[in-house]
Amino acid sequence: MQLLKLSNTINFMKLRLPAMVLSSVLIFASLFSLFTNSLNWGLDFTGGTLIEVGYDQAADLSAIRSTLAENEFADAIVQNFGSSTEVLIRLAPREGVKAVTIGDQVIDILRQTDASVEKRRIEFVGPNVGEELTEQGGLAMLVALICILIYVAARFEWRFALGSVSALVHDVFLTLGLFSVLQIEFDLTVLAAVLAVIGYSLNDTIVVSDRIRENFRKIRKGEPEEIVNISLTQTLNRTIITSLTTVLVLVALFFKGGALIHGFATALLFGVVVGTYSSIYIASSVALALGISKEDLMAPQVEKEGEDLDPLP
Amino acid sequence: MLNQNSFFKVLVVLFMVLMCGLYALPNLYGEDNAIQISGTRNTTVTAAMETQVTEALAENNIAVKSVEFADEQLLIRLPDSDSQLKARDMLDVELGSDYVVAMNLAPDTPEWLESLGGTPMKLGLDLRGGVHFLMEVDMNEAIKKSMEDAESDFRTALREEKLRYRSVNVRDGFIDIQFRDEATLDKAEFFLENRNRDLVYEEMDDLILRARFSEQKLAEIRDYAVKQNITIIRNRVNQLGVAEPVVQKQGADRIVVQLPGIQDTAQAKEILNATATLEFRMVDQDNDVRDAVNGRVPPGSQLLYEGDRPVLLDKRIVVTGNHIIDANSGVDEYGMPQVSISLDSEGGNKMSRNTRENVGQPMATVFIEYKATGERDANDKLIFEREEEVINVATIRGQFASNFQITGLGSPKEARDLSLLLRAGALIAPIQIVEERTVGPSLGQENIDLGMQAIMWGLALVLVFMLIYYKAFGIVANIALALNLVMIVGIMSMIPGATLSLPGMAGIVLTVGMAVDANVLIFERIREELREGRSPQQAIHHGYDSAFSTILDANITTFIAGLILFAVGTGPIKGFSITLMIGIATSMFTAIIVTRVIVNAIWGGRRVDKLAI
Repeated sequence: MQLLKLSNTINFMKLRLPAMVLSSVLIFASLFSLFTNSLNWGLDFTGGTLIEVGYDQAADLSAIRSTLAENEFADAIVQNFGSSTEVLIRLAPREGVKAVTIGDQVIDILRQTDASVEKRRIEFVGPNVGEELTEQGGLAMLVALICILIYVAARFEWRFALGSVSALVHDVFLTLGLFSVLQIEFDLTVLAAVLAVIGYSLNDTIVVSDRIRENFRKIRKGEPEEIVNISLTQTLNRTIITSLTTVLVLVALFFKGGALIHGFATALLFGVVVGTYSSIYIASSVALALGISKEDLMAPQVEKEGEDLDPLP
Repeated sequence: MLNQNSFFKVLVVLFMVLMCGLYALPNLYGEDNAIQISGTRNTTVTAAMETQVTEALAENNIAVKSVEFADEQLLIRLPDSDSQLKARDMLDVELGSDYVVAMNLAPDTPEWLESLGGTPMKLGLDLRGGVHFLMEVDMNEAIKKSMEDAESDFRTALREEKLRYRSVNVRDGFIDIQFRDEATLDKAEFFLENRNRDLVYEEMDDLILRARFSEQKLAEIRDYAVKQNITIIRNRVNQLGVAEPVVQKQGADRIVVQLPGIQDTAQAKEILNATATLEFRMVDQDNDVRDAVNGRVPPGSQLLYEGDRPVLLDKRIVVTGNHIIDANSGVDEYGMPQVSISLDSEGGNKMSRNTRENVGQPMATVFIEYKATGERDANDKLIFEREEEVINVATIRGQFASNFQITGLGSPKEARDLSLLLRAGALIAPIQIVEERTVGPSLGQENIDLGMQAIMWGLALVLVFMLIYYKAFGIVANIALALNLVMIVGIMSMIPGATLSLPGMAGIVLTVGMAVDANVLIFERIREELREGRSPQQAIHHGYDSAFSTILDANITTFIAGLILFAVGTGPIKGFSITLMIGIATSMFTAIIVTRVIVNAIWGGRRVDKLAI
């Protein structure tokens, strides 16, 4: 069985310009949304208290809200989580010693009206812990990109390195943009997912770059653009199949993994799609735009053993 | 002939797969509800206790699966969680506060596996339920306290050396000693420089000698404050009766505390968060308390309260709480609650000297507690408030040293609470919980189930897809994928520090999806070679060869991303990155080497006209 029977080379690079325009528009839209809407930062980053409780029957959210409001927790955000019997309560960070005990207090209050309330989860994060995490998260992404840039530059060529890192930056911005536009909560697991997106997208890009390098060496004639097209066509089957298997498991994760893992699965699902696109259009186009040529990729002349050595007397 | 397996390669593959399979095996056996009994600081569990416990359990009609004694611990396995609860409550009463009785889940690994070092994977708190605390040590207080120690040390030393000074004051980060004349200052400077080398000295105007801690000493103080807190938290945690607690340093001034399976988080917090110490000080009888209440507190004294009653105390401390090595609550001969305290030898000496000179004089016990005000200073560090209270004033009946009692406490509960706090020792720096994550036990189990389901569904989808798409070669890839899962589990079980968390399970799911990539690359390459007209054997050979460097590059870069996640991440993120990295390593092994061995065994070394790919 074969997904696509390709006898002719597809002219991917014909759409180079429209793709560049599309990506630029999307990146600007993401940046715009990030600046205006920001991200819906999760508890891990903002600090505060989060309480998840379980009820026997469908929970009456408005009753919970009014009970909490009567007990000085008027700022509580109460919503269902995963199912109608589970409730998530969020409280902003508070001044005062009692911050640590808020979670237990809330559960005590809820138990006064309904003794069957089950404590499922309490998370409390102090405000400066969150700030540090935001810094660390940003730093992690930056360091990851730099390390990858160095590795790809050393292993391939600097034009490819810049191409792949542009593709990664593109993927990260679009994923963050999606989270900003849809206002999906951005917590630690989503951050991990974004870094995994970097890993995945890179995987794709490397495979394509590898083939481009190989073809530059193998095919004596041909314009760079043509060679890129040939390489993309040759790897297209693999690109689609791998994306497909990854999407399959992510769909399983999204539907079967529970509400806690939704953000993670969403980020990766979107990231895989964008990553596949960017490995075709961004990484290769950038490398082409930077003027990649056959000479840059020829294997270094291997010195024949003993060639330069003086014969031993 | 092409594509023949070398004997050595087959051996290596078999060995690796069997090893990982063996160490993955313990995960298939379930866990028993168990009770773990261990000793406290002054008691140890002995083999003799085994009979005592067994008899007590039999008397109370609690069925037992087994009782094991190892490493000074007694492990009792029970058939269900009901009898586990009953046994815990019963043994808690039976053994008293000298032993820690903790509920636990003990892996039901068979003995032969255990003797090979086989253990199941450690589950993170999000999967097994429990509490995670992140605590921050107040470094400002640690440094201030050391500064105060140095100050009183200066006073004593200078007095003993007969170097007269006008005043000694602790200021913001340094100590100022003012002298009456230049000559004494010079002499004192020479003397102190040789005596206290941890400090840096500087002459100021107005005959003031200014001393501050050297950078090295400051680092030492900080390090000590964290270490001391860790030791003390470990002791406190032991009192909570938790089976496998984790207390670890994180960063410069933070401590991670993980208490699996704990239900009563409020109590845990109270005990962990309370910072308390005692000071024994003499009551000032030369001055009038009433003057002090009206605002005229003599310079060498301090006004404190015992409830509402004012007490005037001598500022000098007889013994501080640092010297307390043990404290137990009990009742005295009249049935009144009391706390028995033991001091270390230095504390005992000080106490002995003081009580000999002061028989018949009243001595006060001052209880000092640091409570976080919830505010932060300019450096974003928590501000703590020092609360001092006289809890007891007693007349010294005779000379005593290391062992003595505090009586006159309000209730047995007060005595118990006090002894618990005292036993936990005296902290030089207060701590505060800055992060908490509690996961209920049912949510933990639910997370495991959800994670397992996601893995199973993901795996099934990929297996079916590969089978349809690559036929016979698909089966080979599927075998590799299954082995890959076994290897991940086996290696996770072998590495002592690796814990499986919910994001870790997500990492495994992701690995399942991405691991087939290597095989897709190889198989597509083989198809290409076939299309170009090569013979099946050559196609296999070239396919594997030319795909290898691509796979390597692609995986190394993903590994770099995983490594960075591991370096900066904490908790669940670390768990995710560990599974991701292990998954990359094992998937390379199974997808390249294992499939090659299988492919060679099936198609290699003979005439093949057509490949089912």
